[in-house]
Amino acid sequence: MSPAHARDEYRGDQDPDDRDPDDRRRRTGAGVTPRLTMDWQRADRAATLREHSARFGPLRANAARRGNRDLLDQIAAAGLTGRGGASFPTAKKMRAVAAGRGPAVVVANGMESEPASEKDQALLARAPHLVLDGISVAATAVGAAEAHLCLSRTRGWLVDSVLAAIAEREQAGADRIGVAVHELPHHYVSSEETALVHWLNGGEAKPTSTPPRPFERGVGKRPTLVDNVETLAHVALIARYGAAWFREAGTGGGAGTMLTTVAGAVSRPGVYEVEAGTSVGDVLELAGLRERSEAVLIGGYFGTWHDLEVIADLPFTAAGLRPAGGSPGAGVLFALPAGTCGLAEAARIMRYLASQGAQQCGPCIFGLPAIADDLAQLAAGRPEGDPLSRMQRRFGVISGRGACRHPDGAVRMAASAIRTFGADAHAHARRRPCLAAHRGRQQTALLPVPRPFAEGDWR
Amino acid sequence: MKLNLQIDPIACTGHGLCADLLPELIELDEWGYPIIGGAVPPDLAAHARRAVNACPALALRLVRTPDQLAARHALAASETRGG
Repeated sequence: MSPAHARDEYRGDQDPDDRDPDDRRRRTGAGVTPRLTMDWQRADRAATLREHSARFGPLRANAARRGNRDLLDQIAAAGLTGRGGASFPTAKKMRAVAAGRGPAVVVANGMESEPASEKDQALLARAPHLVLDGISVAATAVGAAEAHLCLSRTRGWLVDSVLAAIAEREQAGADRIGVAVHELPHHYVSSEETALVHWLNGGEAKPTSTPPRPFERGVGKRPTLVDNVETLAHVALIARYGAAWFREAGTGGGAGTMLTTVAGAVSRPGVYEVEAGTSVGDVLELAGLRERSEAVLIGGYFGTWHDLEVIADLPFTAAGLRPAGGSPGAGVLFALPAGTCGLAEAARIMRYLASQGAQQCGPCIFGLPAIADDLAQLAAGRPEGDPLSRMQRRFGVISGRGACRHPDGAVRMAASAIRTFGADAHAHARRRPCLAAHRGRQQTALLPVPRPFAEGDWR
Repeated sequence: MKLNLQIDPIACTGHGLCADLLPELIELDEWGYPIIGGAVPPDLAAHARRAVNACPALALRLVRTPDQLAARHALAASETRGG
């Protein structure tokens, strides 16, 4: 099948009739159910409110009025988990917010600061009304009087498109409360939920010390629900069709569908909607995995590297990947092309993550650049001293000591690279780098590493 | 009821006084930032209090963790980034 949304081709998807029969067969075989991505292949623009209503039917007229308890029960029974990276049960978080004192606040997180992920941008670009419905339903469920949608300042085209969708809804009187759209500075850590809350409260888009977590005291000191935009889109469909319908999709212990971004050694990179619980190998097959890939990065830059062989049959869910020490994160799968150096890619990612901290906590300010240096020396085959043991020691002391999980995620990625590319790592440490790294074949990055923002641009 | 040391990692600037005053529970990493080891046993409570008071950045806290807060902390601990 072709991706629901082709990588780097936001305005030019393939016509569905162009798909070859093999692709169609595979699509049926994998049991892919387009839900969020329904009809994405048909138009290269955002669905209008009219098209959206025709596609999914109206939000149940009483959904906005009926008790929030029923909505929360439905979301809980659906087994929906957060699609932003933490895979936390959505209903549990909503209940914690609803139990807080006074009117709550809903914050939709559409920052998508994970460079390897494109699914949230794709969703907002094609089906903005699903996300906006979800915000409306979530506001009812937690008793919110105010709602915000946070987007990256670097994506003006997306902001314009979402604002047009909101204007349509205002004209139609679709929502009980309005949604304020905000454009935040775009750093890796700016999408962390406390960073969003801090920015909305007038501060910098940097994570803050916890507790309090946003569900206790967030925007305007109110109990605040921060949910990823894909999570909210699923909420919109659960409110329409119920928990039993949601669970009709899902295999291998997963519930519903999920958006994934697949890239690397695949012939059709892009955004795919798959049943939750689909195996890693099957997701890669959908995108046309080229056989000669041996390793995969799962989850994103906070994710983990694995031997493809070891992980191919595991479900792409939090529970499914836990035995291998992985997590679906933001739904990213990157297959490392054969003949390229995983250590070089990991070093590049690590350098990026080290530059993307909020420069607030010592272990992150000093620890991440130190590990990035170790990894770079190793990747280049020019070790000073013993970077392998230095890294092992540093991995052990940095995690859990920042205000947010940025250092933990970066360390996890680096440690998994050393585990997965262990033989390479030892060869590189003996000044025998692999050919790919040695010849500088990876001068051009395989994985996207955005140029860092100017220092100080956090507000 | 448990007595625990907590560091506000944003406030901490790595003066390192805490590790001087409470080496039993605090060591410094290679960049001079404290690493805390476990709960504070009763016989070290007075020393811990002294370390807290000595922190120039007011980054060290001594907190009691009653059992009824356990559930709340479990929720907080399981939440991470949502991006």
